[in-house]
Amino acid sequence: MAKKPRVKVSRKGGLVEIKTLISHKMETGLRKDSKTGELIPRMIINKFVCKFNGEEILSADMHSAVAANPYLAFYAKDASSGTFDFAWTDDKGNTVTASADVKA
Amino acid sequence: MSEKHITTAVLGRRQVLKGAGLGALAVVGAGLSAKDAFATPETAAAYLDKMVGSGGSEGKINLKLPEIAENGATVPITVSVDSPMSADSYVKTIHLVAEGNPNPELISFNMSPGLGKAEISTRVRLGKTQFIRAAAVMSDGSVHTGSKEIKVTIGGCGG
Repeated sequence: MAKKPRVKVSRKGGLVEIKTLISHKMETGLRKDSKTGELIPRMIINKFVCKFNGEEILSADMHSAVAANPYLAFYAKDASSGTFDFAWTDDKGNTVTASADVKA
Repeated sequence: MSEKHITTAVLGRRQVLKGAGLGALAVVGAGLSAKDAFATPETAAAYLDKMVGSGGSEGKINLKLPEIAENGATVPITVSVDSPMSADSYVKTIHLVAEGNPNPELISFNMSPGLGKAEISTRVRLGKTQFIRAAAVMSDGSVHTGSKEIKVTIGGCGG
């Protein structure tokens, strides 16, 4: 499973800019093993969820066309303080999480 | 799901399979021919219709992507929608689809007023030169669509 999500949360122009990156090869299921000729089964992160203080603000349904090492950047409203929680779930149901705090 | 896998397997080697693959395509069924193994404007539109319902008005969506992508394996794309993102008026969902990828669907976003603005950036794989289409469903139920062409030098969909 993927590992080491990287999350950057910074205030910008009255908003909170959030950038996330997670290493994952996002195997499309379209490629063939060059030795055996067998299709390499699909194995991607298909779901991303971002919550702020427990409330979901954004989720993404990813398909095989999302590039390797999925990157997402978006903007949250600038709340005084709180915690952003992030979760990535792959085709096998494994979930990797990360979190980031914003302080007043 | 398994049908999709078979489909994509076929199109990944569509040249090779054009002759021999008729049997395989028959297994796939669903009226596929070698020609439309890749998504087409029609299948992409059909997918969007399924997700947001047909219709919708052009506009309000801005797609930012490079004019030419030399490497289709990772193409930056930013979608933004003209919306105040207030509790009363916000973008509920955005769907991005590709007209020339093995599968039309790229990524879908479920959004909320917790977002400061309706702008999201990500990176996608694109198989060839094609149109990217976006559809946004607003909180009042209205649908807006947009599209943009991108030239792809080297496809990034494997196979």
